[in-house]
Amino acid sequence: MIGEWLDIGWLNEIPMRGSRTVPVDGGEEIAVFRTGDDKVFALVNRCPHKGGPLSQGIIHGHSVACPLHNWSIALATGEAQGEDKGCTPTIPVKIDGGRVLICRASTLKAAA
Amino acid sequence: MDFQDYQSRDSAGDASERGSVDRREHLVVVGNGMAGCRAVEELLARDAGRYRVTIFGAEPHVNYNRIMLSPVLAGEKTFDEIVINGPDWYADNDITLVTDDPVTAIDRAARSVTSRSGRTMGYDRLLIATGSDPFIIPVPGKDLPGVISFRDMKDVDCMVAAAEAGGDAVVIGGGLLGLEAAHGLTLRGMKVTVLHIMPTLMERQLDEAAGWLLKTALEARGQTILTGADTAEIFGDGKVEGVRLKDGREIPASLVVMAVGIRPSVALAREAGLDVGRGIKVDDHMVTSDPAILAVGECVEHDGNVYGLVAPLWDMCRSLADGLVGKANPYRGSVTSTKLKVAGLDVFSAGDFSGTGGGCEDIVLRDASRGIYKRLILQDDRVVGAVLFGDTSDGSWYFDLLRKGENVADLRDLLIFGQAFASGGGAADPKAAVAALSDDAEICGCNGVSKGKVIACIEAGAGTLDAVRATCKASASCGSCTGLVESLLALTLGDDYSGERAVKTMCKCTSFGHDDVRKAIVERGFREMPQIMQELSWSTPDGCSSCRPALNYYLLCAWPGEYRDDQQSRFVNERLHANIQKDGTYSVVPRMWGGLTNPRELRAIADVVEKYNAPMVKVTGGQRLDIFGIRKEDLPAVWADLNAAGMVSGHAYGKALRTVKTCVGSEWCRFGTQDSTGLGVKLEKMSWGSWMPHKFKIAVSGCPRNCAEATIKDFGVVCVDSGYELSVGGNGGIKVRATDFLCKVATEQEALDYCAAYIQLYREEARYLERTAPWIERVGIDYVRARIVEDEVGREALRSRFLFSQSFSQNDPWSERAAGAEREQHAHMAQFKPIRQEEMA
Ligand code: SRM
Ligand SMILES: Cc1cc2nc3c(=O)[nH]c(=O)nc-3n(C[C@H](O)[C@H](O)[C@H](O)COP(=O)(O)OP(=O)(O)OC[C@H]3O[C@@H](n4cnc5c(N)ncnc54)[C@H](O)[C@@H]3O)c2cc1C
Ligand code: SF4
Ligand code: FES
Repeated sequence: MIGEWLDIGWLNEIPMRGSRTVPVDGGEEIAVFRTGDDKVFALVNRCPHKGGPLSQGIIHGHSVACPLHNWSIALATGEAQGEDKGCTPTIPVKIDGGRVLICRASTLKAAA
Repeated sequence: MDFQDYQSRDSAGDASERGSVDRREHLVVVGNGMAGCRAVEELLARDAGRYRVTIFGAEPHVNYNRIMLSPVLAGEKTFDEIVINGPDWYADNDITLVTDDPVTAIDRAARSVTSRSGRTMGYDRLLIATGSDPFIIPVPGKDLPGVISFRDMKDVDCMVAAAEAGGDAVVIGGGLLGLEAAHGLTLRGMKVTVLHIMPTLMERQLDEAAGWLLKTALEARGQTILTGADTAEIFGDGKVEGVRLKDGREIPASLVVMAVGIRPSVALAREAGLDVGRGIKVDDHMVTSDPAILAVGECVEHDGNVYGLVAPLWDMCRSLADGLVGKANPYRGSVTSTKLKVAGLDVFSAGDFSGTGGGCEDIVLRDASRGIYKRLILQDDRVVGAVLFGDTSDGSWYFDLLRKGENVADLRDLLIFGQAFASGGGAADPKAAVAALSDDAEICGCNGVSKGKVIACIEAGAGTLDAVRATCKASASCGSCTGLVESLLALTLGDDYSGERAVKTMCKCTSFGHDDVRKAIVERGFREMPQIMQELSWSTPDGCSSCRPALNYYLLCAWPGEYRDDQQSRFVNERLHANIQKDGTYSVVPRMWGGLTNPRELRAIADVVEKYNAPMVKVTGGQRLDIFGIRKEDLPAVWADLNAAGMVSGHAYGKALRTVKTCVGSEWCRFGTQDSTGLGVKLEKMSWGSWMPHKFKIAVSGCPRNCAEATIKDFGVVCVDSGYELSVGGNGGIKVRATDFLCKVATEQEALDYCAAYIQLYREEARYLERTAPWIERVGIDYVRARIVEDEVGREALRSRFLFSQSFSQNDPWSERAAGAEREQHAHMAQFKPIRQEEMA
């Protein structure tokens, strides 16, 4: 049986204020972020502006600055902040016993 | 159930002492801890006569306050002082207490429990309140005598005895429990080392800023705190002798306290066949999957949550007791707050910082002089989280706002200053609120400036924010009262207040400019980023994408060889040592010293292009080759291949030395006056790898025809018959600027020395992201000449500081990565291959 959550690894494998990627076969890559206060978020790894890989941005507070043109994206909602408009799909994520789990259904939806 | 039947199976017969037949329902409680007894108290308060109660406890004690074990360990309280319900309580309420005899089995069919001593007792209602078990990390040596956890009175007795015997202690776990254990042991005279696997202490409750402050405070009290410390083994011959970390370090210890976490104690329930997830599953009235059995406390899982603090237990016990007397009062989960019980160290945290619904907003107040850090997290005008360090007096107020979900839009601007302040004005308009403040209300906490003083100083002529800062120091340290001071300016000056700010701050996180921050780093010896943010009152918890890279550079420049570069504060190109392209792939530019290359290098590049299917390879404007379209996963392999041919990173991505452009010079050219190619190579060998405020380009031309375009470079050399003409501050790029002439030198060595000194001056004094051209426009070429040309001693000092710094930075980042450093930067965390058919079904 396939669970609702995908176990993608240990929380410690994501550097603090860093990010790791999870490519999805036939779909869009997921970026998993860990913030300075140790919260974890997952987004499709694509900036709403021109598709920049958000996983490579600088993470500050609960935002990431896109590496291509420095849009600031809210990790919790995927929404561009300030003047910029656009939204990246978010993926529910949870931590269980130090493991990072992402929502399978949303991951598939992002892939569709 | 028939009472006679119950009597007959009650082998211990406690109830028979009662003489007459008791027809009341029998409630048996497993666990004489905080939740079990509180549940009984709540029940007694509602309907004292309704149930006959028996409590089984595994510990040999009456009901005591577990959270006060910390003060007992610290020697601040005795056991008697932390007893909640003494023997009288059990007697007065007709409760049978069985101590030191844990329940070992539940027979649900027969409705009875059996204890370790063999006692079997029937029940009508059973309440499981077994609490939690400490988690023991499965390392070798975990069972050695001298390794204990911190959960009950027995553990405290053990620690006190160990402390009396003297020696060193290691506490594994830098959470609430571990730190309280470490504190107690320190007070009892032990030398304590805390090992914490995460980068910051209490990371579940505190953010990095507060974690750093806490660490600093504990270190000041003599504890050794090792973060990022992963325990490999506890060693010792027959008893504990020490702990070995995965990195090989050994810490001697005669006592090891494991405080790494707790797990709900569910074994009994699971064996009885109750529904168990992480904890015993209960509904809103604490009823388990068996309607005759209830559960409460840390052992339960309610709505997917398990708790490790007492406040939720109180809520649970109320719902449970109401349920037992037939009144509906569903439990809906709890929001928790944490306080560290270490005397003189005020730490508070509440709520969740992740905020699920929408963009969260931080309000941060730092008062370095008083060691205070406060952070509130707001979402949709409601408080959703709070972290307080140093001054927790408003903790309960924030927690209250948080729990009630009150709209704080009206209080927004004053919220961080606390209840007294924020309720003082109470008006929606911050200006009105400020107007309503009394004259002695403190405006600037950092510098202790009252409203009266600020107004006096404005009336005396300080008409701008900067003037106020300069005269009475209000808002000069901490950005967060800037709004208040501006309100006062507007209030006092009315239309005369222009509202303009003169000093350009580094970014919105701080009220300081780049130069102030750099000066503070050097003069006050700041060595870590959280330290700068605290001492200089950053208004955000961990900076932003503007200030973090700048601070990282300033620290790197100030403390060469000492400061550990923070990868997460680097722009992607510097983090991945390649240039990101619009499609998310990377370009790779190996260094070609002075623009020179050879067949071996060219072949290696050609091979890489073919092997990795690079779609393009191009000659750059900087006299070298750029390979495009490489994926981040392939970068280490590409670098390994280029390294094998002797090539290193060209830093085409860095705020660093880029290229040294040369022309052919006297070696071949009929006009060449000096060996410009050779000098270019020497300059590049000297300066490659150095981090700078911005990118830095050098060129050497062999004669004034200047084929290497040396006069639009950051440092340019034009060779002439009698020596070398040095010029600085040139720029192609967005705004072309020709260099300023610096001086002429006679020898190649001098050209090198002047270059080194000049680079260091630029490194030490320019602002982050300021290229040499705007820098020189700002400080003037005369200043640069005075420092480099006229001050011989100063020049030599600058040069040697540069070379010293270079001794740490000339390691090829590519070969380090190719050898496996920072592997996670290049590898995916996991890969997901969905099974499509399953989805169709
Ligand atoms: C590859 C190259 C173009 C080429 O194909 O020739 C190039 C490519 C880029 N240049 Fe450049 N510049 C290149 C030579 C130049 C030159 C010519 C030179 O160095 O002689 C200049 C003008 C000289 C100068 O810098 O003063 C130049 C002035 C700029 C500027 C404007 C800088 C300024 O101060 O105004 C930028 C923007 C910036 O840095 O902020 C820029 C930025 C960039 C970036 C990094 C844009 C970016 O942020 O993504 C481009 C990266 C492409 C990539 O991924 O490789 N590039 N760029 C050249 C690499 C040289 C090398 O071997 O390292
Ligand atoms: C040192 C320390 C400091 C703490 N500080 C704080 C704090 O500052 N703030 C805060 O909110 N919380 C604090 N806590 C946590 C708090 O003590 C717990 O949340 C609370 O005690 C949980 O209550 P409980 O009844 O679920 O479990 P417990 O209080 O642990 O009670 C469970 C009892 O059941 C007994 N038992 C277990 N199995 C059996 C069995 N089979 N038969 C009979 N008896 C059994 C156990 O021996 C124990 O006595 C602290 C905990 C510790 C250890
Ligand atoms: S000139 Fe513009 S487009 Fe061309 S490489 Fe430089 S930055 Fe990119
Ligand atoms: S692609 Fe992200 S900011 Fe442009």
